[in-house]
Amino acid sequence: MRLQASRALAAAALTCLLALSGAAVLSAQSSSRFAGADVQTTQPLPQRPSVSSAQLFEQIYIVLKHPRCMNCHTGEAFPRQGDDAHRHTMNVTRGPADHGAPGLHCSTCHQSVNQAASGVPGAPDWSLAPMRMTWQGLNAGELCRALRNPAKGAMTPEQMLPHFATGLIRWAWAPGMNSHGRARSIPPISYAQFVDVTRRWIASGARCPE
Amino acid sequence: MISLIVNDRRRSVDVEHDTPLLWVLREQLGLTGTKYGCGVAVCGACTVHVDGQAVRSCSFPASSAAGRRIKTVEGLSPDRSHPLQKAWIETQVPQCGYCQSGMLMAAAALLAEKPQPTDADIDAAMTNICRCGTYERIRKAIHAAAGK
Repeated sequence: MRLQASRALAAAALTCLLALSGAAVLSAQSSSRFAGADVQTTQPLPQRPSVSSAQLFEQIYIVLKHPRCMNCHTGEAFPRQGDDAHRHTMNVTRGPADHGAPGLHCSTCHQSVNQAASGVPGAPDWSLAPMRMTWQGLNAGELCRALRNPAKGAMTPEQMLPHFATGLIRWAWAPGMNSHGRARSIPPISYAQFVDVTRRWIASGARCPE
Repeated sequence: MISLIVNDRRRSVDVEHDTPLLWVLREQLGLTGTKYGCGVAVCGACTVHVDGQAVRSCSFPASSAAGRRIKTVEGLSPDRSHPLQKAWIETQVPQCGYCQSGMLMAAAALLAEKPQPTDADIDAAMTNICRCGTYERIRKAIHAAAGK
């Protein structure tokens, strides 16, 4: 319960920050919606308060630290599962190429789509992130610098947006039901907001928090 | 209609796209060697090969099987002559036997990828569950079949 409450607070705070920092277009749409569909708003868009690049990364960070991302960005020889990030059951291991043990690849169970009949989640290219891309135990600044370090991520900020457009990353916002028929949790901001804030972070110099 | 290749024969089945492959094999094609256990990809009783890889067929949508080569325990060999089948008989691995077709398919996938597996390789790959506890004999039989 405490965890849910803190998540709700984080989401609310983030929503406020997004509204303040980058939702000018949304704001205009909302105005016209309230004014009636055939009435054009003539009010000037509110000034976007300046938000530093490092502050923008904080919003990316809360997505990257979500269990849907973290459970496969482990620094261990196995993936994790669930919102409590418990060790993957069935002695599932990372294997030599991050796709599971020989004879028991991730694709043994995880197909390219969620399987409703069993609750087994699925997305294209299901696998662990390489060990060098572990995000475990990193704060926002450390994770940001890890992302920008070719030795750890080998991905420039410009390469991140195409990566975030892949089915595996988008799955985090459509993770389906678990084997108990309960919906898996999703990151606290929408996928569109995540892409938007990432784009703005890159455009503002992709700076990292201290 | 979904077309797939099962044990080297092209078959067409009329099922919902998200029907688990397991039910296609058992209900549509009558290949009942593959067993239903837990239904959530945990126990491994339903293991078959898809393009040579072990998969839990209870969690594999039929639509994903379209055009792919499926091998069930019935297709492991035409006359029970696969090295694993021979080793299974020599070692007298099964007790009740319910999980064994899945065990054989998982072991076959392991040997195809790693012909001389270590105990650790076997532990990592063989996550199938056996209620009778035949794990030690399974390990022994895999070692016996390795490299043959």
